[in-house]
Amino acid sequence: MKNIYFLATVLFTILLASCSKDNETPEAVNEEELITTLKVTLVPVSEGNTIVLTTRDLDGDGPNEPEITISSNLTAGVTYNGTIELLDETKSPADNITEEVEEEADEHQIFYTIGSGLDVSVTATNLDSNGYFLGTEFELTANTASSGSLTFTLRHEPTKPNQGLSSAGGETDTEATFAITVE
Amino acid sequence: MRIYFLMILLLSSFPLLSQSCDYTLSGVLTDLHDGSVLEGATLIVAGSERFVVTDFEGKFMISNLCNETYSIQVSHPYCLTKGFSVIVSGDTFKSFKLEHHLEVLNEISIDGRIVSNQSKTLQENILSKEELERFGSRSLGDALASLSGVSSLNTGNTVIKPMINGLHSSRVVIINNGVRMEDQEWGAEHAPNIDVNAVNKLTLIKGAGALQYSGDAIGGVIIAETAIIPFKDSLFGNTQLGGASNGKGTFITTELTKSYENGWYASMQASLKRFGDFETADYILSNTGVNQQNAFLKAGFNSYDHGFEVFYSIFQNEIGILRASHVGSAQDLYRAIGSDRPLIINEFTYDIIAPKQEVAHHLARIKAYKRIGELGKLSFQYDFQRNKRLEFDTRRGADKGDASLDLELDTHTLRLDLDTNASDHSSLKVGVVGSFQSNFAPNTGVRRLIPNYDRYDLGAYLVVDYQLDDQWLFEIGARFDHTQMDVFKFYRKSFWESRNYDQLFADLVVEDDGNKIRTNPKLSFNNGSGTFGVVHDLDEKHKLYFNYSLASRIPNPSELFSEGLHHSASRIELGDLTFNPEIGQKLSFTLERREERFSFSINPYLNNILDFIVIEPITTNSTIRGTFQVWEYRQTNAQLLGVDFDASYVFNKTLQFNHQASIVKGFDKIQEEALINMPPVNTTNEIVYYSSKINNLRLALQSEYVFRQNEFPNTDFEIYIPETETQEIVEVSSPPPAYHLLNFNSSIDFNFSEKSTLTVGFQITNMLNVSYRNYLNRMRFFAHDLGRNVSVNIKLNY
Repeated sequence: MKNIYFLATVLFTILLASCSKDNETPEAVNEEELITTLKVTLVPVSEGNTIVLTTRDLDGDGPNEPEITISSNLTAGVTYNGTIELLDETKSPADNITEEVEEEADEHQIFYTIGSGLDVSVTATNLDSNGYFLGTEFELTANTASSGSLTFTLRHEPTKPNQGLSSAGGETDTEATFAITVE
Repeated sequence: MRIYFLMILLLSSFPLLSQSCDYTLSGVLTDLHDGSVLEGATLIVAGSERFVVTDFEGKFMISNLCNETYSIQVSHPYCLTKGFSVIVSGDTFKSFKLEHHLEVLNEISIDGRIVSNQSKTLQENILSKEELERFGSRSLGDALASLSGVSSLNTGNTVIKPMINGLHSSRVVIINNGVRMEDQEWGAEHAPNIDVNAVNKLTLIKGAGALQYSGDAIGGVIIAETAIIPFKDSLFGNTQLGGASNGKGTFITTELTKSYENGWYASMQASLKRFGDFETADYILSNTGVNQQNAFLKAGFNSYDHGFEVFYSIFQNEIGILRASHVGSAQDLYRAIGSDRPLIINEFTYDIIAPKQEVAHHLARIKAYKRIGELGKLSFQYDFQRNKRLEFDTRRGADKGDASLDLELDTHTLRLDLDTNASDHSSLKVGVVGSFQSNFAPNTGVRRLIPNYDRYDLGAYLVVDYQLDDQWLFEIGARFDHTQMDVFKFYRKSFWESRNYDQLFADLVVEDDGNKIRTNPKLSFNNGSGTFGVVHDLDEKHKLYFNYSLASRIPNPSELFSEGLHHSASRIELGDLTFNPEIGQKLSFTLERREERFSFSINPYLNNILDFIVIEPITTNSTIRGTFQVWEYRQTNAQLLGVDFDASYVFNKTLQFNHQASIVKGFDKIQEEALINMPPVNTTNEIVYYSSKINNLRLALQSEYVFRQNEFPNTDFEIYIPETETQEIVEVSSPPPAYHLLNFNSSIDFNFSEKSTLTVGFQITNMLNVSYRNYLNRMRFFAHDLGRNVSVNIKLNY
């Protein structure tokens, strides 16, 4: 009997203690690895205008579609040094995700997909610690006047080295397609 | 309070003392169970040669007694002999009660059961310990799927969710040792948190018949129980050790029980399981290992009149999710479906990396019962459950290695049940249940999938059965539940407005910071449920069951509150705050034949569900991560029509043939199309050789044929693929082809010593190493199902 009484007391105490959790004001979650913006800056090697391509989706996987802007057309025969910036603009100041990606270069890769009709060539210029492509920096040569799509895809944990997007595996973190014109 | 009550009862049974020596002690001996008189029982006065026998009215009289305390031993052929201490004070009248029917007592003992019959008018399918042991290295879901009408909705081969007659998740209620499991069972990729090795008996009820547990089991009820402890002085246990080739895994489980004739007992069980990457017929399924631990401890006291038990169990596991299944967008999904093999295949390892799940489930229960005269058995139970679920995705930067999803679900339940035998022909069960549940999701840096909430439930039920004569039994029951939810939920403003919630639910808004809206929905539901059933014995061999059940289920948190990317499904899922409870009405008939040679049971059923909640794709959504299919929950009227068939034929003492077949058709009556994820037609045929002469040798060869599911809604969608610059169809709806598996199962017993037996089991599943995909496996887009598995297990009973 004493045992029962003791157990009942212990359990009742546990019941009271565990009921007292405060659920009233949950902490708001600021998404930490959100990428809202991919910004490509193309700086001509010799002369000409710097071109900026941006895609921005402030509500992440919410219902709003990304906004895409292209500052100007590319010029035929010009080679550009390209850099990619990944930002989380829901924070103020905006978080620079590129730094995280570059720190974990061996687990990331940017792929470039050039649509038919667009006569440009793109080569990644930065590598990870194992000597495989990372691709947040690249060289783009606009060959002849043409137009078509140019897609940048950031893959997290792809197989490296790989034969391209379709067999690389991993998880797409960002994918942005721009309609490019070379004139 | 209860303890004081018991003490007062005990104390009040001692009358006062006085002095003299020619008194008589007279009285009546009755059965504690039903109050009937016991004739022919012997009463011996200890320390003397005197004894009397009770007459046909159970009466006795012992004369020439002094005013002192006597010890009297009462014995009856069908009862436990019991000693009573009697204080004679003048002519004393004293009634004794004996515990009649030892076998009945064992059946209705406290151990793990609230009531002995879960549902009288729904046929129960039972898996015994022996059958469960064949699944020692696998899971509860695998064991259940061996019953006809049960399939499983799988995520890989370690997350196995039971599906009863086409329904799963929140529609299937699992009772673990008398406690309704609250383990975030709504998620399709959340398996039940019960170790198959901790279960002694598994009962399946294909319907909402068990109203004492729940009124919302639209699909059915699964009841897992630990072993019944015998009323004798003994110490016994068993240890089982097993290994399997596929996954290179091992498991060990051990159970030990100490019991006393006076009713006290204690029992413990523990098991460990560890598997590495599983493999298909051709390749390794990278990151599919599992690491599981489980233990329970129970102790208590049983007697016919009263008893109590404390029970605690912990279950925890770490489950790897196929690495190649973690894709980013619909484009990734398209590429994965298009590839014959997973895009990531690594060397075999026991290590589990992200994506993975880590779950811990604690369950503590105390229960006590007391028989109150002829009123019946009154039971009280309090239980507490804590389910902690962590899900890990591949993350970046400082969050690497941290869980993306972190949920802690605590549930407290109090219940009071009264089980009575109103008369010889009828019994009545009545009870009240109250529970409090709280979900807490800390900030993980990823938006909460399930919001924080508090939930309060209050329910009451009544079940009556009436045995008209030897042939007819009727059962009727009703239950009412009231539920309140107090939810703390952040919505994205773009979503809030796109759903028109800013118009509909403006009053729920607590705070608006421009991007996020903090809301406090308060939901309240009243649910009624009921059951009516008849069992008719046609003759000695044939029995007919009929049952109608009405079940109401409130929408679960993911159906109400989802609003974003569900990583593990790589789709956007949208819930709806305006949902009503689902109401299911199921009609079920069973014709059963039980006979030595040829037995069968055929069970057609019709389940009509009003406001059935389905999730289905409505559109695609472009985001910066790529395109995603948007799946939205909606309510419709559904109809499930099916038949389960079981048969066995005994050729001779050693050879038996078993057959099982199930078919179910799910139909959406509003959209006029098939329901998604309905189990395909399947049939199992088995030939079993058994010989008690050759050390209980059992050899079984089983064929399992699963047809292609030909009825499914078309949920394929088109996306743009930049590499090819084409629009491509992502084939997410088409089911895989039919497949046929052969399995072999054997076991043999050796008498190790006088008191112990050694059982050796040997199994091969998928003997032909067939490469196949299963429609009900969510990983079918990414990989094949398991290849051949050879396993051995050794069990020592002592």
